[in-house]
Amino acid sequence: MHLPMLLRQAAATTVEPPSRRQFLKGAAGAGGALVLAAALPVPARAAEGAAARIMGPADPRPLAFVRIAPDNTVTVLVKHLDKGQGIMTGLTTIVAEELDADWGQMRGEFAPADSALYANHAFGIQGTGGSTAVTNSWDELRMAGAAARAMLVAAAAAQWGVPAAEITVAKGVVSHARSGKSAPFGALAEAASRQPVPAKVTLKDPATFTLIGNPSLHRLDHVSKTNGTAIFALDIRRPGQLTAVVARPPRFGGTVAGVDDKAARAVPGVVDILQIPTGVAVLARNSWAAMKGREALAVTWDESKAEKRGTEQMLADYRALARKPGAKAARKGDTAKAFAGVAKVLEAEYSFPFLAHAPMEPLNATVELTADGGAEFWAGSQFQGIEQPTVAAILGCKPEQVRINTVWAGGSFGRRATPTADYMAEAAHIAKAYAAKSGKAPIHVVWTREDDIKGGMYRPLFVHRFKAGLDKGGNLVAWEQTIVGQSFMAGTPFEAVMVKDGVDATAVEGASDMAYAVPNLAVDLHVVKSPVTTLWWRSVGHTHTAYAKEAFLDELAAAAGKDPVQFRLALLTGHPRLQGALRLAADKAGWDKPLPPGAKGETRARGVAVHESFGSFVAHVAEVTVRADGRIKVDRVVCAVDCGVAVNPDVIKAQIEGGTGWGIGHALRNAITLTDGLVDQANFDGYEPMRMSDMPAVEVHIVPSSERPTGVGEPGVPTAAPAVANAVLKATGKPLRDLPFSKAGIV
Amino acid sequence: MIRLTINGQEREVDVPADMPLLWVLRDELNLTGTKFGCGIAACGACTVHVDGVPTRSCQLPAEAAAGMHVTTIEGIQGKAAAAVQKAWQDLDVVQCGYCQSGQIMSAVALLTENQDPDDAAIEAAMDGNVCRCATYVRIKAAVKHAAKTMRA
Repeated sequence: MHLPMLLRQAAATTVEPPSRRQFLKGAAGAGGALVLAAALPVPARAAEGAAARIMGPADPRPLAFVRIAPDNTVTVLVKHLDKGQGIMTGLTTIVAEELDADWGQMRGEFAPADSALYANHAFGIQGTGGSTAVTNSWDELRMAGAAARAMLVAAAAAQWGVPAAEITVAKGVVSHARSGKSAPFGALAEAASRQPVPAKVTLKDPATFTLIGNPSLHRLDHVSKTNGTAIFALDIRRPGQLTAVVARPPRFGGTVAGVDDKAARAVPGVVDILQIPTGVAVLARNSWAAMKGREALAVTWDESKAEKRGTEQMLADYRALARKPGAKAARKGDTAKAFAGVAKVLEAEYSFPFLAHAPMEPLNATVELTADGGAEFWAGSQFQGIEQPTVAAILGCKPEQVRINTVWAGGSFGRRATPTADYMAEAAHIAKAYAAKSGKAPIHVVWTREDDIKGGMYRPLFVHRFKAGLDKGGNLVAWEQTIVGQSFMAGTPFEAVMVKDGVDATAVEGASDMAYAVPNLAVDLHVVKSPVTTLWWRSVGHTHTAYAKEAFLDELAAAAGKDPVQFRLALLTGHPRLQGALRLAADKAGWDKPLPPGAKGETRARGVAVHESFGSFVAHVAEVTVRADGRIKVDRVVCAVDCGVAVNPDVIKAQIEGGTGWGIGHALRNAITLTDGLVDQANFDGYEPMRMSDMPAVEVHIVPSSERPTGVGEPGVPTAAPAVANAVLKATGKPLRDLPFSKAGIV
Repeated sequence: MIRLTINGQEREVDVPADMPLLWVLRDELNLTGTKFGCGIAACGACTVHVDGVPTRSCQLPAEAAAGMHVTTIEGIQGKAAAAVQKAWQDLDVVQCGYCQSGQIMSAVALLTENQDPDDAAIEAAMDGNVCRCATYVRIKAAVKHAAKTMRA
């Protein structure tokens, strides 16, 4: 079972999902009778969310998914956060296709926070994550577009006195050939809004798609993000707003013991200093004053319950634990019996560091307390369905009184979606404390880069211990894997559902459900505890399970004397889509042809990796040069992706390019380390991000498919780094078992 | 009071002399196209042109910018700026877009000086600009595309 399913179950336990009846009632109450609902020939849950209404000038009410204005613009309300993955473009494309709109008239707008209307069907509440956006909106937005089109046609038929069946729609124009009449959408919008919503809609034959699958559509944000006009959360400016920065404990698990804020209050521009659950907040007229004020604070911390180990000690503890049996995550056959008869046994340990998400836009949110006792937020909001009830509990209001204006987010990579709504909760605490003391003011909480790098919510530290056996023919017959790491579900409302019998499914995904046909398999997990806070990170469990699996598999292929591509293909019988991606990548990379040699003293080699995550199938072939001094350069990467129907081929390519960079960049040199419980890194100097000179040439090939579309935000990550490691193994004979690669002195 | 010339306009701001230009632009003048990424000149998100030179505004005290011509993403114009912005749009470079103001400011400065940069020149000019979405493949292609437009 993978993340979205688990999230859905977990969400159901924390927030009551709206019943169908509630949905219909709520939708009607919110905007009138034009609701497209349950009678449609699609799965019930998708139908529940498919409310399409068309707005004319007399009806300025907000609509669920589609708004057609008299000025001929068509606006799609996008329920998912676009943090770069291009979902505003993707969801708009789906509507435009069924509507037969012209791409030039399409607009996108983030939907308000309202889980009754805008739940992610994979979660049961509104939220973005797990590469689910396209797949979960596919049905409802196709229906919304088709319903709106049918209403435009019905309005035209009535106006022109012609049969609806004779009317055609193309590029935003409704036409009737026989009478020679035609009208743009905008001219029909008002009349269409008075048409009944069709009980049934006919969806297009995919063979007739002109926008879905069109590689030349431009992203909707390609202009505003190149001229400085796109508004991110950090750009929100409310009248009288105060900027707040928070001094948080230097060791995880620490709390405030005492504060001397005299010097901080003397800093010009500092307005107030408030103690909140996460630390000490400094409120100021501007960002600079807030930061200077925080520097002048003298806080003493109670560290009696804090983590005081360093990561070296933690790793040693994990390695010791990896030699003991853990909770059973997967069992097949009998590994103990199988090892008795094998020709060769390989053992290896892999380790993975803590990693920060470090999105380019630091975490921040602006909040204003409203007259009704609720609050209005402006944020790159990713988990509206968690944020609303969390903030409501802090303020003592109802979840629906927490209004969230979702704005562009400067990246997330998982960080803006937290089970605790952490930074929005922090904003609510500050606003509440300030209002109690001095009156209401808009509060803009800003995390500096140091706050972000030192602030936890990391991809957990992990150790994987392997033992595998090959028979005389070099066939893989036994595989034991013990995984040790923290669960980011522990201590959250998600724990009860996500952790079963000691196994956190997000820690073993990609390992417990390994596709390779090994007759005897045992995967164990030790969930360890630490006050260091951890979180899903772009591609979640696959960040480490895919690397460990794919790199160790190449060690086995080498031991068996087999070609890594052929070795994999033989183990993937029954997984045609994994095989398909692997074959395409190998073919496009010229796997069977020798690489052009490097300069004198250089060794060049290719490596491969393949993996399924979030329902998509990706293979990477990396070409690496090992220089005379032992340092590596990743020259070129060829990827193949099978994500079903390719809605926006260019966006898919961009996501796989970016996922490739994300995977390789972190593997090269990124690690969050602790010494005596203190984080050693503070900013982009110590946590050096991938830069242009590190980036290989990337070539992305999409497997043609008519399967239901699946996500691409995360699936480009898992195989990128192991493909590089496998190229290095080929070139040097040395496996890269401890990440990052810089540990081996090769970066 | 500190007098600054921002995008050709004279502006007076009442800020401490050590307030970085970044915060003057963002918090005092509401020019939010210039972004805060790290505060230590390690990511380039805050890049502006100061007398035409690409500069990390997070490390330039307001006082030091007095009397100089500061250009931000909101104010860039000219052949190189037009070519770069168009190339970014043609190639759909952006993902989250947060770093792109800084990327574009660095690229415009590069192409103003050198209209035929090779890979090494592009990397030298752009390596200080971090993109966490890793749009580097397209940034490099867009710089070349813009250079070609400018030479045509």
